[in-house]
Amino acid sequence: MSVLSVTEPVERPGRVDRLAVLGGALIVLVALSAVLAPWLAPYEENTPDPLHSLDPPSGAHWFGTDFAGRDVLTQVLYGGRTSLTVVVAVLTVSALVGVTLGVVAGYAGGLTRDVIMRVTDVFLAFPALLLSLALAVVLGPSVTTAIVAIAATWWPWYARLAASVAASVATRPYVDAARCLGVPAPLIVLRHVLPNSLTPVLVQVSLDAGGVILTAAALSYLGLGAREPVAEWGLMVQQSQTYFTTNWWVVTFPGLAILVTAFAFNLLGEGLRAALDPRRVIK
Amino acid sequence: MPRYVARRLGQAFLVVAGVVVLTFVVTRLLPGDPAVAFAGPKATPQQLAEARARFGLDDPLPVQLWNYVRDLATGDWGTSLRTRRPVLSDLYVAFPASLELVGAALLLAVLAGIPAGVLAARHRTRLPDLGVRVGGMLAVSVPVFWLALALQTVFAGSLDWFPVAGEYDAALDTTSPLTLWTNITLVDALITGNWPILTSTLRHLVLPAIVVAAYPAGVIAQMTRAALIEEGGQDHVRLERALGFGETSILVRFALRPALNPLLSLIALVFAYAIVNGFLVEAVFNWPGLGRYAVDAIAGSDVPAIAGVTLLVALVYVLANLVVDLLQGVVDPRARQR
Repeated sequence: MSVLSVTEPVERPGRVDRLAVLGGALIVLVALSAVLAPWLAPYEENTPDPLHSLDPPSGAHWFGTDFAGRDVLTQVLYGGRTSLTVVVAVLTVSALVGVTLGVVAGYAGGLTRDVIMRVTDVFLAFPALLLSLALAVVLGPSVTTAIVAIAATWWPWYARLAASVAASVATRPYVDAARCLGVPAPLIVLRHVLPNSLTPVLVQVSLDAGGVILTAAALSYLGLGAREPVAEWGLMVQQSQTYFTTNWWVVTFPGLAILVTAFAFNLLGEGLRAALDPRRVIK
Repeated sequence: MPRYVARRLGQAFLVVAGVVVLTFVVTRLLPGDPAVAFAGPKATPQQLAEARARFGLDDPLPVQLWNYVRDLATGDWGTSLRTRRPVLSDLYVAFPASLELVGAALLLAVLAGIPAGVLAARHRTRLPDLGVRVGGMLAVSVPVFWLALALQTVFAGSLDWFPVAGEYDAALDTTSPLTLWTNITLVDALITGNWPILTSTLRHLVLPAIVVAAYPAGVIAQMTRAALIEEGGQDHVRLERALGFGETSILVRFALRPALNPLLSLIALVFAYAIVNGFLVEAVFNWPGLGRYAVDAIAGSDVPAIAGVTLLVALVYVLANLVVDLLQGVVDPRARQR
């Protein structure tokens, strides 16, 4: 540190970013309300009440009711279960596939690496939403389709990231040592390369959760994701959009739910990345 | 440099080949028999067989793939089952409209994102910084279709400041018809001096462009801020400070330029993303671009049209990445080593 840098804000290592804490708190809130939906929700899931269709927000229906008379708050709470299921499933599948391929490519190098990386490049060339759309058309709309379709476009990012990290880990002395001791390659990858390549991937996973929420909602909005009777935020917006002009609550609340959840994941992901960024600690 | 260009071109070619194969596989998996869709529900078995032979659906798969590649290369991207026109000429009409929307949106995003990033870096850890960080994060977290619906309802519906949907007033096609050169309405209207259509298009463009711009603006603001803060720790900044330059002029005159270097590749990435994100916005605002074409094609199981859109967007993506890599190879010799 130079004496001239008096006005530079000095970053204290380990200081927790308040916005990241806010993000974490919001995620806990969303997760709890999704898990506890059956107990928190004021009404039964997906019960139409034609006598109370399109009621504005009131004491009986905090978020109002939709065109079929369903309680919007109840549907939003249950919709959170769908969204969080999709996020967890997509990130687990794509991280497993991506990290496996990436670590193998990074450690093996040579032709293996080239083949895996070129295949990865092809998948990366398809913008995520577009490939998901095509796959969703093939598989027919459902929550499972949304998971498969989004995971199919997400794994290449983890493969690329894991490959570059694993390639640098593979040159470390402890890996050389293990190789000299005659440890078989699969064991080296599993015991040494994999654990030491995981941190950046985990950070990326937390950064991506918001994107997965948005993509899943977009698929449902286009009618290619969740279908009735599953409650899903994107689907709620799509079904209610024609009533939006005269009944603001039917589209506003499910949309806000998507926004808040994606926002929370993005804040937390940014905070984690900043906290774990090695360059930041050195400065 | 020539070796770098050759290697990079080779890679791009491989990716394009893979994209073509993947598109082929996906289209073969799509539900619905193209022969049935083409011949219509009342077709006789004989007509069906003719349609089958016409599309080469009886050939073995490798032969079909080879025919597919040959047709693509010769500019035959198939015939849309819905519009009954060649897919390529449909795309030639739809793509410029998307380019117009995404181009306007990226311009907005750069104009809003860079100053916001500078503002945040200048007032680091204080209120403007917090505002830009939260605002940028909200912009990348908002579901575009919802933002589109909200802006449409408020600013086009309730307030009636902007038109609800479409690219320009359809009535203008009779009162002041547009001569097409590039198929980009704004450009054509400008070249031919067609002011009614130009102003009408601009008014129709405002809301969808703002919606498409939200995500890139957020990303650009975040990146500019981070890059400026990192640049602020460099020795040249200390020197400039010692020479008596003010903080703002250090940021804008000296730190911004090196900080903007990675912006180029970011914009290319965001460009492809924005085109696809624009699909949802086009659907809401009835913008006559690729997105609306794709959504209609999906609804009608129009396989050749879906394949055409997929292929076109993937090609644009590969091309954008290629251009960026080559440009960075020119600007930064270290990039050629990678």
